[in-house]
Amino acid sequence: MIFFTVGTQLPFERLVDYMEKWSICNPNVKIVGQICDEKKTDNFISKAFMSPDEYMECFTQASVVISHAGMGSIISAIEYEKPIIIVPRFSYLGEHRNDHQIYTAEAFSCKSGIYVANDYDELSCYLNCNELSAPANDISIESSLISYISSEID
Amino acid sequence: MKTVLAISSGGGHWVQLQRLKSSFIKYNVIYCSTIDYSRSLNKDEKFIQVQDANKDDKIKLFFMFINILWVVLKVRPDIVISTGAAPGFAAILFSKLIFNSKTIWVDSIANVKEPSLAGLKVKRWADIWLTQWDAVSKKYGMEYKGSIL
Repeated sequence: MIFFTVGTQLPFERLVDYMEKWSICNPNVKIVGQICDEKKTDNFISKAFMSPDEYMECFTQASVVISHAGMGSIISAIEYEKPIIIVPRFSYLGEHRNDHQIYTAEAFSCKSGIYVANDYDELSCYLNCNELSAPANDISIESSLISYISSEID
Repeated sequence: MKTVLAISSGGGHWVQLQRLKSSFIKYNVIYCSTIDYSRSLNKDEKFIQVQDANKDDKIKLFFMFINILWVVLKVRPDIVISTGAAPGFAAILFSKLIFNSKTIWVDSIANVKEPSLAGLKVKRWADIWLTQWDAVSKKYGMEYKGSIL
């Protein structure tokens, strides 16, 4: 199963269109989406809203996750060691208020297991590839940020 | 015991707030977000859901501010910590003005090149004003003390 998510705040029609297009070419692959409206075909199911539990269940069961360049998805992909393809939102297409997702994608693209696709061709190229690697969960719980905040609160 | 109000929008902001948990978990923590995450917390953890809004919808934003004002008055926090966005700004503003709480802003790691809009606006009210990127720190004078990753 492939899971795709556009985040909790804004619609992202371009990514939904990409996934619908890919689902038609790949009828044997089940695709589940968390988007802004409900759609259903044989292999394509999408929901307008998922509870946090439902979202995590889809996330953990998916073989690969496709997402807007939101930090929730990126951090979850690292935590659950799930290959992720991120499609940044462009402000010139009205997909977000600014272009910070382009920079987020750029900053994380150097990490293995995190792939960036800017258009359908790049996305389908990654989706058609069977050898996507998973990111390593190398997040340490005892970060310098946490110790700094702890010391400031005490 | 100190009371901590840990507040953020839903999605990525919340995921980041959760990653900072170990820095304040020993206090009386009240979590607050725009999505109902109560079931993903432990049974003894307190959660309040608030109205979501952003700067593009002024009416919703107004009600969100009222909602957060009520939360702040109810919680009377000693410390407020937020990873963004608008609800965190409102909580820091009201807590600073009413209770002179210690206020901590950790700008989202998504903001690689410049602080978020809420992050820029909260500067006056945040005792600790952090970015998670060294380059942003140098350019905007925010403090950089590492990141959640």
